[in-house]
This record gives sequence, structure tokens and C-alpha cells, in this order.
Amino acid sequence: MTQKKTNKTTIIGGTKPGKGAKAHASHGIEAVDAQAVNSTESRELYASRVQIHPKLAHGLYRKIKWLLLFATLAVYYVLPWIRWDHGANAPDQAVLADFAGRRFYFFWIELWPQEVYYITGLLILGAFSLFLATALFGRVWCGYTCPQTIWTDLFIVVERWVEGDRNARIKLAKQPMRGQRLVKTVIKHVIWLLISFVTGAAFILYFHDAPTITPAFFLGKAPGSAYLFAGILTFTTYSLAGLMREQVCTYLCPWPRIQAALTDEDTLEVTYRGYRGEPRGPHKKKDSWEGRGDCIDCNLCVAVCPMGIDIRDGDQLECINCALCIDACDGVMKKIGRPVGLIAYDTEKNRQRHECGEKPKLNIIRARTIAYGSLITLIGALMVVGLSTRSMLDLNVLRDRSPTYVRLSDGAIRNGYLVKVINKGTKTRQFEISFSGLSDYSIKVIGQKITGKTVLISARADEVRNVKMYVTLPKSQISVSGSSIPISIDVSEQLADGKIGETQSNKSVFMTGMK
Amino acid sequence: MTDKPELDGHSGVFTTGHEWDGIRELNTPLPKWWLYINYISIIWAIIYCIFMPSWPGLPGMGYFKGLRHHSERANVAVALDKLQAARAANAQSLTSVSLDQVENDPDLLTFAMAAGRSAFGDNCATCHGSNGIGSIGFPALNDDVWLWGGNLDEIKQTITYGIRSGHDEAHFSQMPAFGRDELLSVSEISDLTELVLAMGGSDHDQSAATRATVNFDEQCSICHAEDGTGDRYQGAPNLIDSEWLYGGSRRAITETITNSRFGIMPTWEQRLQPWTIDSLAVYVHSLGGGE
Repeated sequence: MTQKKTNKTTIIGGTKPGKGAKAHASHGIEAVDAQAVNSTESRELYASRVQIHPKLAHGLYRKIKWLLLFATLAVYYVLPWIRWDHGANAPDQAVLADFAGRRFYFFWIELWPQEVYYITGLLILGAFSLFLATALFGRVWCGYTCPQTIWTDLFIVVERWVEGDRNARIKLAKQPMRGQRLVKTVIKHVIWLLISFVTGAAFILYFHDAPTITPAFFLGKAPGSAYLFAGILTFTTYSLAGLMREQVCTYLCPWPRIQAALTDEDTLEVTYRGYRGEPRGPHKKKDSWEGRGDCIDCNLCVAVCPMGIDIRDGDQLECINCALCIDACDGVMKKIGRPVGLIAYDTEKNRQRHECGEKPKLNIIRARTIAYGSLITLIGALMVVGLSTRSMLDLNVLRDRSPTYVRLSDGAIRNGYLVKVINKGTKTRQFEISFSGLSDYSIKVIGQKITGKTVLISARADEVRNVKMYVTLPKSQISVSGSSIPISIDVSEQLADGKIGETQSNKSVFMTGMK
Repeated sequence: MTDKPELDGHSGVFTTGHEWDGIRELNTPLPKWWLYINYISIIWAIIYCIFMPSWPGLPGMGYFKGLRHHSERANVAVALDKLQAARAANAQSLTSVSLDQVENDPDLLTFAMAAGRSAFGDNCATCHGSNGIGSIGFPALNDDVWLWGGNLDEIKQTITYGIRSGHDEAHFSQMPAFGRDELLSVSEISDLTELVLAMGGSDHDQSAATRATVNFDEQCSICHAEDGTGDRYQGAPNLIDSEWLYGGSRRAITETITNSRFGIMPTWEQRLQPWTIDSLAVYVHSLGGGE
């Protein structure tokens, strides 16, 4: 292993403070020896990744991020435990993808496999919401709510708790792997693995009844798939949030690339206002601020960055817009008595406006946002209408194909139909099955004595009732008919008061066997 | 020729020290990820050999059974036992009620239909066709023509004991081979064929058919009845309907009269469990022609 180590030092955007020496940036502010190790210019092919040790930031956006961290994690862990009555013979879990029972439950909504398009609609809705949010506020998804960000943040909390903040971690990383470093490393990884396991184990709660599967899981009585997926999620959580971190966003995730097409010059993005900050450099207390920028080159924005970049280099693919550099910079600006917002959410257009001496303004209503907004409204409306008028009765008719018809000894022709009456309701209901399109026919139903030309059946809650029917047409009717007669099979719900409830109709044909 | 590894200045990697026709080779190490997976695989293989059946041909014990005593064959047996246990309750109630009662119980009917359908596919469909559509020599089970009766109990009896199967209870009938055994002459058989064609409503030679009436009355009507409607008790087919087990052509009918037919259906009493036969009877009855 004689991989040549390059000693190339890439200094981006300003001077790099000397090693060891605590460089002075401004009164009371020390420049941090932080490098943007993950920026495109300093990344090298075939070189090992340089560990990033983000410093803890304090400020408004950090507070928002804490709030979202706990809110999203709470939703993830608590949601499967919420109970909801879905009727008899159905699980009472509010959110459940019941693969064994082939149902998807979401509070008051219960979807059958053939209604999977509602989930497609939900995904489209999610996608367009993401597009809209991205067009307006840039990578808010990446910075605040992406599971990769949330869990990485959580893992860094653990790291900070065990090993200390940035400086302590850097110091520790330089020690040999024994004694204190070994103990701390082991503790950190054990806690990470525990969190990962809880994450993976919570995932399976969405696919099984939570109060049942939890004890079964620990008693070794859960199905193999539960252990498999808990294991996979444990592994991915540990490796993605603990070990790989910013590499997931930089190398693995397609979303940063896609977003390039979703943002434009009116999109709010975490921006370093170069016009205000440059020329940058250390500042002495007595010096005037005239003729220089507000950036004192303290490198704190680089030190807090979990992605290992320098925001002062401009918009970058690596930047997840977590806004922690805003918090860091605003803190510094307050200390040195300069206005905050050197790094802030701003648009490309506003920077141009500033150059032209115009006033900044936000342009929220644009062709792009109108399109996304109206698509969200349209699809949302379709979903609401679809779900609220969704039929609780469904009907499938399968005509026998082997054979297509049977000739009886007196020359009559018989066709067989499997009528599937699907009762999606939560109660047993009565239905009447009738045929139209034929005259002078007789029917026979397996398991039922039929006197007339209609069949009365009952279907239990959440049941597909299979009714095998035979329809016979006498020879006299056959000779005047063609090779097939179009028919329709009608099902109508019989309510207790004698009225008709829901109805469904299905088209089919009667094969006569004539050429 | 050098035989000392040299440091290659360009890549920073040592050479192997060998030279072939002026070509030297870098001794590039294996990728770490590959190497570690290789090591993990070796460790895994050792663990696997300890816990799972591995070494064959050990003296005295055949093969090493592993600490887990894992056996796919045993697993299948356990799974089959589980299946039987899961079916036990329904199978029990299926055999304890009369077959007529099954159709009144939707759950039991569903069970019987499902079990019957799969048993039919495994055992019966080879001859009777899928869904009982039948073929030449093998009766269709979905029409309303039954040689030996089409109600539930009659179907069950046929399945249980078979036809000409050699079982004491089996249905048995034998039509004489009028031609082969020289009971009738060739021309007499030809005339009889025309008569049978006439009974079935097919094109025929009327004068030949008329000539055959005496022979029909003497030889055939004992079993097939004077009007040719057959006799279920003897398993004699109805000759005047439009269904023909061995085909209704002149040639097929001549062959039947000359050499007779002797279709055999095996007895299933020994091969299938009573509840499987019950479910088969229900299923066949439900194919459309059940009486």
C-alpha cells in the first residue's frame, strides 16, 4: 500500500490560518482552522474521505432544526402505536400496510390492492409539494426534513455528547486508537447501533400490528421478513447516518442533481452576500470598516457546516441549505457589531438587483410555482373527491374460458361465470345479482337453491364473496343468436328497509357456440 | 532481467520483480473491500460448516449433520403436517356431514371447492381435462350427461371405487365386441351403425337403419333400452342425445360396435383421504352438471 499522499493544500476563499497558531479574526473572535474539505475543488479522486467535525451552531435555524428533528422522529416512532377502529375482522392500527391481509390503512381510509392508484396519487402529491417547496425555498427538504439529515444530526448529537464538540473531536481523532479514544469510540458506536436498531425495528411496526409484533419480535416469534427488514434498516441507518454522512448527499443521492432543474433565480437559497462581505480579512478593533467587507474570515461558517463546504464559494451541489452557517455568521456579526445577514436566505435575482442598485424583493408567484400549485390543487381535489365518493361495493365477473361454453344433451348452451362481489364496508350486507341482455334463460348457483332469475347473497365486512353461476340458454334461443350475446351482470345492495343501496354493473358476454 | 521489486515512480507501487519480454507488472494490492468480503466469506463458510450439514462420507454417521440438524426434507414433512393440521377442522366437518349439507354452509363449500379444485388438478385433470372438459374416451364432467349418475353420492361412489378398476364395489359394464367375437357380420354392424347414427339425429342410410332394427332389439336394447335412452344402472350410454364419449362419427361408432370399449377409471379409495374424495365430489358436482 504505497498510495501516494498528496500534500496539496487547497485554500478556498481567503487565507488559511497557520497551523497551531490561533489566528486573530476580530476582537474576541478567533479564526477557526477549518477547511472546506468536501467542496468540489478540494475533493480528490482516489483519495480517502476527510472526516468532517461540524461545530455546534446556535441560533434561529438551529432551533428550527431541533424542533423538526424531534417532531419528525416523534411522528416516526409514535404513528404506528395510534389505534383506530377499522371494523370487524380488521386490525385496529391507524397507519398500517397490511401485506398479509392485502390492505392499506391510513386512519379513516382503507385501501384494497386494486386501489393502489390512491397511493400513486399520494406520491405524486408528495412529489409536487417537494417541487413547489424547492422552487420557493430551495433545498428545504434536504436541510430540514430529509431522513438522512435528521438521523445524521441525531448521530452528531451522540458524537458530541460522547466525544465533545468540534475541537475535542479533532484532538481525539489525532490520538492513537487506545485508552480514552478507544472507550469513547466504542461507546459512540454502541449508541449509534442502538439508535439504528430502534430505527429499523420501528420500521416494521408499519407493516404489522405494533402491540403484537413488538413482544413477538423480542421472543423470536416474528416472521423472518420482520428481522430481515429490521436488520437492513439497522445497517443502513448505522452506515448512512454514522459512517457515510455527507457522502450520501454528495455522491449517492440523485435529488441534488434533480433540484438544479427545479430552482431558478427567484428561489430563496442560503447565500453569502459577497457584495457585503468582500474584501474579507481579519479586522482589528480600532480599524475602520470603511473600504473592506464585513467578513472577518473567522471560518466559523465552514466549521459548523455538516457538508464540509465553504458557503462563500457560492451555490454548490454539496450544500444542503441547512442554514447553520447563517446561525454561525449572525452570531459573529452581533459580536462585532455589524448587521446580521451576511449569510442569509436570498435569491440570485436579489443579488443582481443589489448590483444594479435596486431594492430587493421576493417574487413568489411565478409560472413555475403557479404550475406546481395548480397541479397540487388539482390532484389533491381529485384525491379528495375520489376518496369521499369511493364505492364500498365492487364487482368483478370472470367468465369461464375453459371451456367457453358447454353444450347440454338437449342442445341447450350453458356458460359459467364467477361473480366476485366485493364488500368494502365494515358490516355484512345483502346483495342481489341479476342478468340483463338475455331472455328465457335459467340460472344455477353453486351452494344455493334458486327459484327466480336473480340471486340473493350476503357478503361479510371486508369480504370478497365468490359466487359461481351457470346460465343456460335453451336451444330455441341459440339458433337466433350470433356467436356471442352481450350481457351485463348487475349487483344491487338490498337495504333492510327494502330500498336499494349501492349498485355496480359489469359487462360480459354469453358464448353460444354458433359460428 | 530484474528479480528485485522496484518502486514504480509513476504510480508509487512496487513491481512484482519479474520481467517478461520487457514488460514488468505492478504488484497492486487487492482492493480492501474485496479482500474483506473474501475474509468474511471464509469465516462464514467455517461457521456454516459447523452449524449446517456439510461434510459427506463420514464413517459411521454418513454425513455430518451440523449442530442445527437442519434438514430440508424434515422441514417439508413438518410443513405438510402443519398444512394437514390447518385443514383438519374443515376436513373433519366435511366428512361428518352429508354431502347435500355442504352446499348450505358457505365456508365449508368454499373449503371443499378449493380443496376439490386442487385435488382435481393433481389427480383427475390428466384424463378429464382441466375444469372437467373431457376428451375422446374420457367423459366431460361439466355437462349434464352422466353414465353412472350425477348426484353427489353417485359421483362420490364413482370416485371412490372407480370404473372397471378391479375393486369389488367398482362400476362394471362390458359391451360385447360384436365384430371381434364374430357375434355379428360386417354388414350387420354396418347396418347397426346407420341405426345408431339415426338415433343420434345424424345423417344416415335409412334402409340400412331399418334392416338393423331386429338386431338392435335382440342385441342392444337389453342395456341401451328399446328407445336407445340407455340405462344408468348398467352404465349403458344414452344413444339418442348429442353427446358421444368416443365420438359420434360413422367410423367411431363402427369401431365401438366391432371391438367394444372398455374404459377404466381407477379406484381412489386407497390413494386419497375420505375428505379429499368428498371435496372432489363437491367440486365435480359444481362443474355445472351436478344433479
